Amino acid sequence: MKSTIIFLSMLAFISVSVFAQTVHKPVTKPATVSPVVNGKKIYLQYCLSCHQADGGGVQNMNPPLIGTQYVLGDKARLIKIVLKGFNDAVEINGQTYTNAMPAFNYLKDKDIADVLSYIRSHFGNKASAVKPAEVSLIRGPIVKTPNKKKYTVRSKNT
Amino acid sequence: MYKKAIISSIVSLLLIAGLLSFKIPDAPNAGLKLPTGFTANMIADNIGFARHLAVAPNGLIYVKLLKTKNGKGIIELKQNADGIAEVINRFGDYGGTGIYIKDGYLYASSNEDIFRYKLDAKNEVISPDQPEVIVKGLLNRREHDSKSIVLDNAGNIYVNIGAYSNSCQEEDRQPGSMGRAGCPILDSAGGIWQFRADKPDQGYANGIRYATGLRNVVGLDWNQQLDQLFVMMHGRDQLHDLFPALYTTQQNALLPAECLYALKKGDDCGWPYIYYDQLLHKKILAPEYGGDGKKEGGKNAKDPDVAFPGHLAPNGLLFYTGTMFPEKYRNGAFIAFHGSWNRAPEPQAGYFVVFQPYKNGKPDGKWEVFADGFSGSAQKTASGRADHRPCGLAQGPDGALYVSDDTKGAIYKITYNK
Repeated sequence: MKSTIIFLSMLAFISVSVFAQTVHKPVTKPATVSPVVNGKKIYLQYCLSCHQADGGGVQNMNPPLIGTQYVLGDKARLIKIVLKGFNDAVEINGQTYTNAMPAFNYLKDKDIADVLSYIRSHFGNKASAVKPAEVSLIRGPIVKTPNKKKYTVRSKNT
Repeated sequence: MYKKAIISSIVSLLLIAGLLSFKIPDAPNAGLKLPTGFTANMIADNIGFARHLAVAPNGLIYVKLLKTKNGKGIIELKQNADGIAEVINRFGDYGGTGIYIKDGYLYASSNEDIFRYKLDAKNEVISPDQPEVIVKGLLNRREHDSKSIVLDNAGNIYVNIGAYSNSCQEEDRQPGSMGRAGCPILDSAGGIWQFRADKPDQGYANGIRYATGLRNVVGLDWNQQLDQLFVMMHGRDQLHDLFPALYTTQQNALLPAECLYALKKGDDCGWPYIYYDQLLHKKILAPEYGGDGKKEGGKNAKDPDVAFPGHLAPNGLLFYTGTMFPEKYRNGAFIAFHGSWNRAPEPQAGYFVVFQPYKNGKPDGKWEVFADGFSGSAQKTASGRADHRPCGLAQGPDGALYVSDDTKGAIYKITYNK
């Protein structure tokens, strides 16, 4: 009797651990801080609270990162959103969102590139990686205005 | 080893319970969990993003949609004998949240304006395409844009104008950005404004800032017993994101309180300078204004009647005046909590309707969950991916309670059977 209970319990344990493994897909990457590992770290620290763990956003408030051209499309536009923030009345996949996104210009080029590569290749998204040099290129024309602790973009085609 | 076996058995049982919980859609009461004696029916579904709703004296239901559906933002529903409510009219070419019936008029709001429609003897709108514009040009900068409305018994209408900011930072939602001195948002938003209910084309110049220091109010009601305005404020977001050195993610999930205020003209509820900590039972100075999570502030700011856990998002408030429900519900407050998003990475919470008992105009005992299960499962609550999210509340002429859902567009009717 006792052995039956133990056997059933072990079976449950195994099924639990298998279940856990399939749910929490471990990121298996080399020991060095790869773009994926770093991208996920940056996502958890700076993006998750608004865009949520599954990248699905919050209805009416924070837009999803899944299947939208804002994420999958033009990399320059995406990089600018992160550097400058975003608070425009636009439709994203037919819905509107009200919350302001702050600027993340204090993040390093590599961190921005890694987190953008991460969101472009997770949550069901399949788009190419963003390289730190691409972020540098966009950040290039951004200057620090002397009077305010604020970054602005020199007027250029947006 | 034996101990391990017991733990494993418990795990197995939990697993089975978890599998069984997927059966909820077929459950009675439209999947809702209610106190004994209550019944819920889903009388309509998929009508659009159903924000607030109003029930006429003959049972006709008017629902305000957040966004227009096929170009129309107000849905009129007629309840049939079989318990299903059928869409009999669509009108109003604007989205919004507020809707209220008073003295033969239907009032509805977009995110900038308030309209009213005269009702005939059958509570039907006489000229659905020609509403009177009562108030126009209220501030809408997208964040906290809902213009929820309620009327008193003296010919006044009250409207929420939400602050277009989380905490009046120099840079909205920017980590470490400090609060703007003498928060300039409060002159035209972050409060409740009072207008005449029967005067057309009013603007800010005709209104009175009735109460201030209210970040955003979606649920509000006129308490008929006390003849007084009550509001539920959405507390500020992101204490941890913005000030990680002062708040843990766990504190961020619980703080600050979502507050129920009994308002009088001229009241200041303290936003953005303070927030209410329901665990310390104190008004705490906001970190944007020099707070450290402990320093008190807001000596002149109003204390809440009731302080609920953080981020549950109170979108509907209703003081129950009916006789269908048992005596304990009379003059008490129902609150529809839309459910949180800003608890991440901690589990989300809410997605239920609670009841706060009142006695002689004061809160009497602790609030309780009245209707739960809107989300579909405990897992959907935790992830925030709820099937339904309760938003508006209304009372029918027979005392039934109506709840709108602005995710799938369901309308629930909750009744009590003696």
